Amino acid sequence: MIKKFDRNKVVLAVAAPLLAIVAAIAITSVIIAATGKDPFHAYQVMVDFGSKSDSQVWIINKATPYYLSALAVAIGFRMNLFNIGVDGQYRIAAFFAAVVGGALTLPGIVQIPVIIIVAMAVGAVWAGIAGLLKTTRGVNEVISTIMLNAIGASVIGYFLQDGRLAKKEGNLIHTPYLPDSAHFFEIPTTPKPVYGFVVIAAVAGLAYWFLLGRTRFGFDLRTVGRSESAAQASGVSVKRMVVTSMVLSGAVAGLVGMPTLLGVSYNYGTDFPTGIGFTGIAIALLGRNHPVGMALGALLWGFLERTGTQLEFEGYAQEIVGVIQGVIVLCVVIAYEIVRRYGLKTQQRKVGEELAARARKSDKAEAAA
Amino acid sequence: MRRVSTITVASIATAALAFTLTACGESSTESGGGKNKGLGLAFDVGGRDDHSFNESAARGADRAEKELGIKNKMMTAKNSETEAEREQRLNSLAEAGYNPVIGVGFNYQKSVEKVAKDHPDTTFAVVDSVAAGKNVESITFGEHEGSYLAGYAAALKSKTHKVGFIGGVNNALIQKFQAGYEQGVKAADPKAQVVSQYLYPNNDKGFNDPAAAKDKAKGMLDSGIDVIYTAAGLSGNGSIEAIAGKKDAWAIGVDSDQYQQPGLEKYKDHILTSVVKNVDVAVFDLIKSVKDGKPITGQKTYLLKDGGVSLATSGGFIDDIKDKLDAAKKDVVDGKVKVKTQP
Repeated sequence: MIKKFDRNKVVLAVAAPLLAIVAAIAITSVIIAATGKDPFHAYQVMVDFGSKSDSQVWIINKATPYYLSALAVAIGFRMNLFNIGVDGQYRIAAFFAAVVGGALTLPGIVQIPVIIIVAMAVGAVWAGIAGLLKTTRGVNEVISTIMLNAIGASVIGYFLQDGRLAKKEGNLIHTPYLPDSAHFFEIPTTPKPVYGFVVIAAVAGLAYWFLLGRTRFGFDLRTVGRSESAAQASGVSVKRMVVTSMVLSGAVAGLVGMPTLLGVSYNYGTDFPTGIGFTGIAIALLGRNHPVGMALGALLWGFLERTGTQLEFEGYAQEIVGVIQGVIVLCVVIAYEIVRRYGLKTQQRKVGEELAARARKSDKAEAAA
Repeated sequence: MRRVSTITVASIATAALAFTLTACGESSTESGGGKNKGLGLAFDVGGRDDHSFNESAARGADRAEKELGIKNKMMTAKNSETEAEREQRLNSLAEAGYNPVIGVGFNYQKSVEKVAKDHPDTTFAVVDSVAAGKNVESITFGEHEGSYLAGYAAALKSKTHKVGFIGGVNNALIQKFQAGYEQGVKAADPKAQVVSQYLYPNNDKGFNDPAAAKDKAKGMLDSGIDVIYTAAGLSGNGSIEAIAGKKDAWAIGVDSDQYQQPGLEKYKDHILTSVVKNVDVAVFDLIKSVKDGKPITGQKTYLLKDGGVSLATSGGFIDDIKDKLDAAKKDVVDGKVKVKTQP
């Protein structure tokens, strides 16, 4: 009985992503065909180009910050908190980390942790503000984090000027370069290396899985997410959990900018990537807040972006990739909901049948007596 | 259930790893084509139809196609891109055999430097910025010389003998516009008064704040100024709008021929002229040099004499002073007048 139930669950778990992928491919094919192009050639180009070795490296490097961003968002999601502010948190964190890192010259073994810790702390403080506002003043975290994004951008804009915390190089303005000791290690692969920060991202994923799935804190957090009143009744301080999880989410958000800062740009400038926080929301949805799911989601995102440029090269509209990404997220959300409802229904029917059978049996027994 | 998920995780991880290891054989670099396919043009955001900067570069490419028979491939940046995407775009073009490859906009500076190193046999260029590299041309423009002519025209057209300059952001680039303009005004009419103001001391918002430019322009108009030159990107639309509200007042546009801009159609009768940056000339020159086997590299500044900057004549509002402007232009081209780059 238990075994059979398990198999059903596995089938359902596989059915949802499968349904989503099939639906997404079908819809995108229609869209590409509507633009007067051959969708199958597009997929062939994507698979061919995306599986090249340099594409793989590119995708992994691109996916690393996406994954960290998704983790930061997912911590909030698991508690029913919508942290839209990951974008502002990672940017302001990376900015101040770059400022501190550019001002210090320490051996790498000290310098790199200092930079990372500064980033996590700044991210945590920035997100913590939203947490405190929610618990003390009842401000919805969606509003406050969105506002904090704008405030963060302005703060960076104020300091990121020649003569303040930044300097000019041609038309670009950026913080002073980090010393060589602050360059993160790389994993040598041909032709281009993989940034070593992918290791930190994997560790963060593991920590996320352990913390949420294997500790008392994680249990409390998920409980609050399911039902605040139930959590309160069982002795969990909801307010403290809100602040703690926002702080935690912000600290992880602080890591998002690090692969770029420590592995590529070595400074925070006007050309520092923006918008990764929003990509993280999409990937957290796509990966169902699961550490492995989000990793696959981040890689898929990287794959789509890598191959998108190639599609443009082949004469397809470059917006196609944006459409595919949107369609996939929608399909995943809808497919999981459909499968969940279907699962619930079969479960209810089964329980109903069992109860009916038991009732018939006892009726018979009564009649016999 | 728990065991199942562990197994799933393990198998996915293994599969992913196996996939990574086995596919490592060929990289996309190895499957690129051999012979030159023509020009690779990588635009900044906005694409070829931005009525300004990119479009001008595209015109150069079109001309090369018509006159030299050189094909081209154009690719456009997406919003909020990272270095990785810009590098990939330039890389794809270089790898497919396009030569030269041009990054339009100073955002491409770093990526051009990097990609140029990996493709020593391809010529690269970046517009509006200076990038290092043996096979790289850095294309910049003599904005100060174009602004000199604008100042000259402004002084000749002003009835109140008071003209104005509005800069978006007070940085070295915009100061070039101001310096040239002020010098031009004084050259044409030593008694004329020039008022120069900036929207923001150092915030890039100055290029995207039409409301602020509108207020500034109104203030200038109220003080009797009747010709205003605005070098402030998109903000310029605000001051042009304000100027169009006053009879007999003139606006001078920047970068592209703003008289032709559909968005400014309502105000075009007040657009005296525009200081145009002819990116197309630079693009065409580079294509031609590569075709002739003598690619231009290093820093190249396109001045008035190269046709790199010019005054737009659409509308015909400066036709009556054409002779004087031509004379002023000749003085600059011949080196008789040296235009300052700092006010």
